[in-house]
Amino acid sequence: MTEPSAAFVHPYLPNSAPEVRREMLDAVGAASVDEFYADVPEALRLGRPLELPAPLLAEQDLARHVRGLLAKNRSTEDRLSFLGHGTYRHYVPAVVDEVINRSEFLTAYAGEPYEDHGRFQALFQYQSLMAELLAMDVVNVPTYDGYQATATALAMAGRLTGRRRVLVVSDVLPEKHSKVHDFVRVHLELELVPTAGGTADVAAAAARLGDDVAAIWVETPSATGAVEAALPALATAAHAAGALLVVGTDPIGYGVLTPPAEQGADVVCGDIQSLGLHQWFGGAHGGFIAVADDEALVMELPSRLFGLASTDVPGEVGFGDVAYERTSFARREEGKEWVGTAAALWGIAAGVYLALMGPAGMAELGELLLARTRYAQQRLAAVPGVRLGDDALHLREFTVDVSGTGRSAAELVAALRAEGIEPGIVVGEELLLVCVTELTGQADIDRLATCLAAACGTPSDRQIPQEQRA
Amino acid sequence: MSLPLAPKPAIRRFHQARWDEPVIFELSTPGERGVLVPAVEPGVRDAVGDVLAELPAGLRRAAPPALPEMAQMRVLKHYLRLSQENLGADLNVDIGQGTCTMKYSPKINDQLVATPQLTAMHPLQDPADAQGVLEIVWRLERMLAEISGMDEVSLQTQGGSAAIWANIAMIRAYHEANGEGEQRREVITTIFSHPSNAAAAKAAGYEVVTIHPDADGYPDLAALKAALSPRTAAIMVTNPEDTGIYNPAITEWVDAAHAVGALASYDQANANGILGITRARDAGFDVCHFNLHKTFSTPHGCGGPGSGANAVSAALAPFLPGPRIVRIGEGDDARFEVQGAGPQSIGTVAPFFGVVPNLVRAYAWIMALGAEGLLAAAETAVLNNNYLLAKVLEIPGASAPYASGRRRIEQVRYSWQELYEETGITSEEIGVRMSDFGMHYWTSHHPYVVPQPFTLEPTESYSKAELDEYVAALAEVAREARETPEIVRTAPHRQSVHHTHHDDLDDPARWAVTWRAYLRKYPEVAARLAGEPESTADASAA
Amino acid sequence: MLGLVVNPVAGVGGPAGLGGSDGAAAQASAAERGAQPRAGERARLALELVHEAIGGPLEVLTAAGPMGEDAVRAAGLVPRIVVRPGAATSPADTVAAADALVAAGATLVLFAGGDGTARDVARGLDAVGAGGGARVAALGIPAGVKMYSPVFAVSPRAAGALAAAWLDGGLPVEEREVLDLDEDALRLGRVEPRLHAAMPVPVRRGRTQARKAATPASEAAAVSAAVDGVLRLLRPGVRYLLGPGGTTAELARRLGLPKTRLGVDVVLDGRLLRAAASESELLDEIAAGPARAVVSIIGGQGFLLGRGNQQLSARVLRALGEEPLLVVAPEQKLVELGGRPLLVDTGDPAVDRALAGFVRVVTGPGTSSISPVNAPDAEASSASRTEGEGHAP
Repeated sequence: MTEPSAAFVHPYLPNSAPEVRREMLDAVGAASVDEFYADVPEALRLGRPLELPAPLLAEQDLARHVRGLLAKNRSTEDRLSFLGHGTYRHYVPAVVDEVINRSEFLTAYAGEPYEDHGRFQALFQYQSLMAELLAMDVVNVPTYDGYQATATALAMAGRLTGRRRVLVVSDVLPEKHSKVHDFVRVHLELELVPTAGGTADVAAAAARLGDDVAAIWVETPSATGAVEAALPALATAAHAAGALLVVGTDPIGYGVLTPPAEQGADVVCGDIQSLGLHQWFGGAHGGFIAVADDEALVMELPSRLFGLASTDVPGEVGFGDVAYERTSFARREEGKEWVGTAAALWGIAAGVYLALMGPAGMAELGELLLARTRYAQQRLAAVPGVRLGDDALHLREFTVDVSGTGRSAAELVAALRAEGIEPGIVVGEELLLVCVTELTGQADIDRLATCLAAACGTPSDRQIPQEQRA
Repeated sequence: MSLPLAPKPAIRRFHQARWDEPVIFELSTPGERGVLVPAVEPGVRDAVGDVLAELPAGLRRAAPPALPEMAQMRVLKHYLRLSQENLGADLNVDIGQGTCTMKYSPKINDQLVATPQLTAMHPLQDPADAQGVLEIVWRLERMLAEISGMDEVSLQTQGGSAAIWANIAMIRAYHEANGEGEQRREVITTIFSHPSNAAAAKAAGYEVVTIHPDADGYPDLAALKAALSPRTAAIMVTNPEDTGIYNPAITEWVDAAHAVGALASYDQANANGILGITRARDAGFDVCHFNLHKTFSTPHGCGGPGSGANAVSAALAPFLPGPRIVRIGEGDDARFEVQGAGPQSIGTVAPFFGVVPNLVRAYAWIMALGAEGLLAAAETAVLNNNYLLAKVLEIPGASAPYASGRRRIEQVRYSWQELYEETGITSEEIGVRMSDFGMHYWTSHHPYVVPQPFTLEPTESYSKAELDEYVAALAEVAREARETPEIVRTAPHRQSVHHTHHDDLDDPARWAVTWRAYLRKYPEVAARLAGEPESTADASAA
Repeated sequence: MLGLVVNPVAGVGGPAGLGGSDGAAAQASAAERGAQPRAGERARLALELVHEAIGGPLEVLTAAGPMGEDAVRAAGLVPRIVVRPGAATSPADTVAAADALVAAGATLVLFAGGDGTARDVARGLDAVGAGGGARVAALGIPAGVKMYSPVFAVSPRAAGALAAAWLDGGLPVEEREVLDLDEDALRLGRVEPRLHAAMPVPVRRGRTQARKAATPASEAAAVSAAVDGVLRLLRPGVRYLLGPGGTTAELARRLGLPKTRLGVDVVLDGRLLRAAASESELLDEIAAGPARAVVSIIGGQGFLLGRGNQQLSARVLRALGEEPLLVVAPEQKLVELGGRPLLVDTGDPAVDRALAGFVRVVTGPGTSSISPVNAPDAEASSASRTEGEGHAP
């Protein structure tokens, strides 16, 4: 191979100038770069240029190209969106973006506690802020997402109990179930216990408990947004059988809702996307796992945990990895998963978000979400042929059954999309999952109801009957 | 004093920022607000009443979460100060974190992904409204297929280890589909491959067999053949390994695995030096993955999000995670649709389409360089590495074990063993002292196969002058180890904080993973913060 | 409190080409060849570093004259003499000095010498330790000809750094083997290190590192993991012949059984059948039912068989049949071999040849490594290795 790239000068390649390359080659006594590849057999050499699009070498050309592609998108700012199903449209305060776009945070990686003190403190604070919201003493540095967090939490329960069965007592997002199943299937068997009225059937769950059950897995809010009211009963039943109560959740409502830890949960896990992260086409998720400050539980966590530490200077606050050797305490055949590049920056973002929101902000947001959810339920249920999927308490998301409209859920979605509205997600032939947040106000919900009614072929502006309130 | 000014010192008199910033809870002032939340509209309240009062008993939180109360600018200032107490790659000559390919993440790419046309996209929107992002992801898949030589690519995983998990999950599903799931219970890796290969294989239920290198540091083919059997599910290897040594017998490794019916999985974490030079599929691999946050420039974000790319041969394609993006039609009429996971797929391994902002960044990076640029990046990374190797070996006490007299690809695992024997100063102590010069430094994964190791990977992003600067700092610390070892042994001296103590972190009675745990375990602190006299500390914490 | 004992004649045989310095004859011979003692000088180098690190004057427990006092003074520290040996020092003086250092309150005994010195120090420590209580730690300042025992720091200054850290607040200790060659055999061209004792040695954990990945952070954890791996492979009804070594000792401990430090103990279904069995007793046990030997790696040379476990003889291995060995070792032990093969030397070339090739070494639960095995006394072994036809014996 000659040197096809010898004259390729590029702003990302400081040493691409031919003079510097010659100087460096001379310094190491090499005639050409090709010498460095002596161990790569000739038969494996590509020997031709990669077939890639022509490069856009000037930054402005690149920007124009990528922006041109992205301009084909119509975002939830252009459409009225009631989409949830794992990725949520919440407001992201400007300060959150400002902080996580700082070069020092954005490009840091594996620095030591003294050279990356800020990273350690920011992530310790994330853990601590989440801990207040969740009322639990130990929270990990984020793992990939809520799916992984739940898979790991259940695997922990399996390792701790040495048992194989997991009772799934809530409606779980199918994609999340898929991930969890494939992750734990060597060690655990997931058994679905059908829900009743949108939440756990406690009696059915209790009947299937036994000394081979590692955990009861609850989701609250569930895949349909239902808030589980029976956590204390589930906890009691699980604990009586020697099983753990693992609760998957979205922390957005805990400004007003009782956190699962105060209702008997042993492991609480979920996703932090709602806390200050953009939707990013589903590309900004982070997973949390919270446990009590119990050595047995902590030792099962595969993730990093940053903790306070003293330093050589009395009184100085430093940080470091807590109980790091736990990851090597591979005392069971199953092993302990791994630690790797996951979602730390999103953890910092969620920490900034919680610091900005404060106790009042989270309480107000929780109330607003409950109120608008209820309002949207009322408005949509008032559309002829539309009824609520269940009677449970819902936070942010709920399903509506459109079977009475004579139209399928997919047909209604298509009709409303034509109006510039994403009315929700088709989760059954005649079932639509609708999501409201602080970004979907009363007028937006009213518009949804009006357009839905129109799509169903009926007017919808009638008054809500008094008896349907609350 | 007069002009002209003196030249800058040869070694920087760096000092990390030290803001003495309190933990955020200490900054709380009751009543301050960082952001406000819209009020419940009167019309909504009229319709639904008091939703809090109507919550079922037990569901209403008794006391609000004890989050700090801070005005907006105070939150901003606090976090900006913390940001300054970081040695991010943009400030550092970040060649000290070998294996991690700390290259430049172009700023334009950060700008591109910040547009609402990406940030405000929901993954389940009408695909007709998401044509731009779907096209970018699809195009990136095709580019990575070409770069790896593989047939199909999934970009769903969020990091290298997550991608390794997807690799082993696909391998497991493949053998199960062929009725050999029970028979094939072992995965073979090498000790210089990334440890997550072994860890993920174990998590997937496999026994892990490790091959050590021969005395010259090359993967031992005879040992591999001794390990292979009909019980082998796969070999999972890195190449070049973390020593920067390319396994010249890699084809024989893959062929030997195939001969017993095993699959060959390629961890391309160290691909940065071989882009456009050689490809995974051409060596016969069935599965491989890239780390987009390494080779393809996306920022490391304090430890993620990264992004993984799983590339497979046609035979493994049915097992890829879903959903998949498909192109319908050609040219200007082409449109992009989303298809769910197929019947043999391992299913969903992460939400939706992966770390989309990083996919757009990686796409932009490749588009900025093209085929010629990728090759130039690889060759420059390798040139930089061999230049650095020559310079480091000029430092007395430093060595590069294995493959003596031969070139390396994109990184080298060096050793300070000679310096250690002479001075008693360890590689870890040298690393701590390097930070005082504003340089990050890392030793090695465990176990330390190379004694007193350090691993440098210069990538293509650093100029000759910067490489020289890093080596000058290394040489200075080596000199200190001989002449003033106490300075090294008691480092760091110029950081935000001093050497931290492990004892606080390893004792369950003392460790504090969160602020609330800290206050519970150290009631005297809680009392002091509450402004109470010391004597009531126990009572207040009870 | 730091104690120091110097074997003033350690190392004199090396430069003199005598393969060691044990025995008055060798020492006299070395003196005739003009050899200079160097152990005192090496001890001074180590203590100077302690002096630099600690700063002020430090009292060091030691023996009079060349057995320690001289080095302590040369390093600028203050000797406290606890024993006064005679003019011509002998191994017995080293044993007595170690004993006296412990009695005087030393918590770490530094010794300058080689494997022979380590043996003597171990004997001195054990004389005290036998009375119960925690055993005192020891650390070798490398100054001998033979240093096969992993109880030596890599250099005198490294020993000093460890000692300073010990004084500064302590270090964890690991149980390490004391090996020694039979020097008469060595002079006849045979390298045969034997396991003689074990002693606690301070080890230094790394300082805070970017912990990206799982790190078997301590040797104890690695040994424990390897033992976990073996435990799940043990089968009921099989007699396990536990060879000597720290890893097999940990295995016995986890089984709730005592383990002789240097012997081969026979275990069946969690019961100890025989301690320190002889070759003929092992053959009796093998005849009684299915059996397998559990062996670890002895010393830095990588011997599986033939050093320190000669009871596991060629006859015993033949009797064990197709799969005679279950090999267990922490990964780090294999790492330290640096690509060199494991070694077997049963004295029977045919048995050695059958064992040569590759062996699977259990390193953890569900993890193992493949290591080459050579039989130095059986020429065919190298051929089988390069052909890759080796089997796991």
